[in-house]
Amino acid sequence: MASLFDHLLHLPLTWLLATLAVYKFSLMVQRRANYSALAHPVVVSAAILVVVLLVVGVDYEVYFNGSRFIHLMLGPATVALAVPLYKQMRVFRQRWLRLLGGAVLGSAAAVGIAVLLASQLGASREILLSMAAKSVTMPIALGLTETLGGLPSLTSALVVLTGSAGAILTQAVLVRLRIIDPQVTGFTLGVVAHGTGTARAMQYSLEAGAFASLGMGLAGLVTAILLPLAVEVFGFL
Amino acid sequence: MINGFIKLLLFLLLGEMVSYLLPIAIPGAVIGMVLLFVWLVIRDEEDSGLVGFTTLLLRHLSLLFIPASVGIMVHLDYLAREWFAILAAVLVSTLISIVVTACVAGSAKPGSTPES
Repeated sequence: MASLFDHLLHLPLTWLLATLAVYKFSLMVQRRANYSALAHPVVVSAAILVVVLLVVGVDYEVYFNGSRFIHLMLGPATVALAVPLYKQMRVFRQRWLRLLGGAVLGSAAAVGIAVLLASQLGASREILLSMAAKSVTMPIALGLTETLGGLPSLTSALVVLTGSAGAILTQAVLVRLRIIDPQVTGFTLGVVAHGTGTARAMQYSLEAGAFASLGMGLAGLVTAILLPLAVEVFGFL
Repeated sequence: MINGFIKLLLFLLLGEMVSYLLPIAIPGAVIGMVLLFVWLVIRDEEDSGLVGFTTLLLRHLSLLFIPASVGIMVHLDYLAREWFAILAAVLVSTLISIVVTACVAGSAKPGSTPES
């Protein structure tokens, strides 16, 4: 029996199935937690899987070999972001300069300040590289960190952390700034908190959600283009 | 559905090719996204196969992040050692980014009315 169990633990199928099952469970947890940004499905799923892998003593390589099929879909998913972006075209045409400006400056502030502050606080090179790509939607962040030389798993943790922080903080900050325009609120949520922020904005209104997905797409796009350029020009990492 | 999937993969492949030829390291998937966007703008008609597959993929986007995220188990020592720098950098940069984005995007909008 022990050998059968051992056999299953090293089967790619086991970990593909485990990932899907845990994801399904995490969606239930999220619903139960009233879609709180703290019950993020990625956080809940990753935490459960890490504990399981550590307990049964299976290496990450073995796990990843099984779940690779899911990981592979990140590329097509990034390309797919063009579709919601295209649907927001009309909205974008009306206020494109301010929105583009907000996406560029907001993303630059998020990346620049994070890297600068982390380096001042003595973070290691790996953290800094992984930090640079943290402020965009996950598929783009993972692609970016691979091209820049960061650690994808660390970037992914930072992306989730940023998304949760942004989704929780945005509303509180905007109330203090006396900004109540749902378009601006949605857009800001999309730029600073990408997917998590967009989900939050969708709860406010469809209009806010549309602007959030626009913000998320724009921020990802400008960061993906400007960050490698900045690294090339300044060589800051 | 399959047509949509094939279309996404083709644009991804195209993006990877352009990315390989470009002097700066922009991820191929992002270039594929731009190319697909341009293609949608030029075509300007409903592509039900593409929309169907895209909707399914984007609805379960979180699932796709899990394999990479579990990799954090290899780097738990980084988190244990540098958690303060990480947390401070993420929180402060996010706060400032919120203010900058909202102020620029919401600047001088004429006739902005409070809505629910």
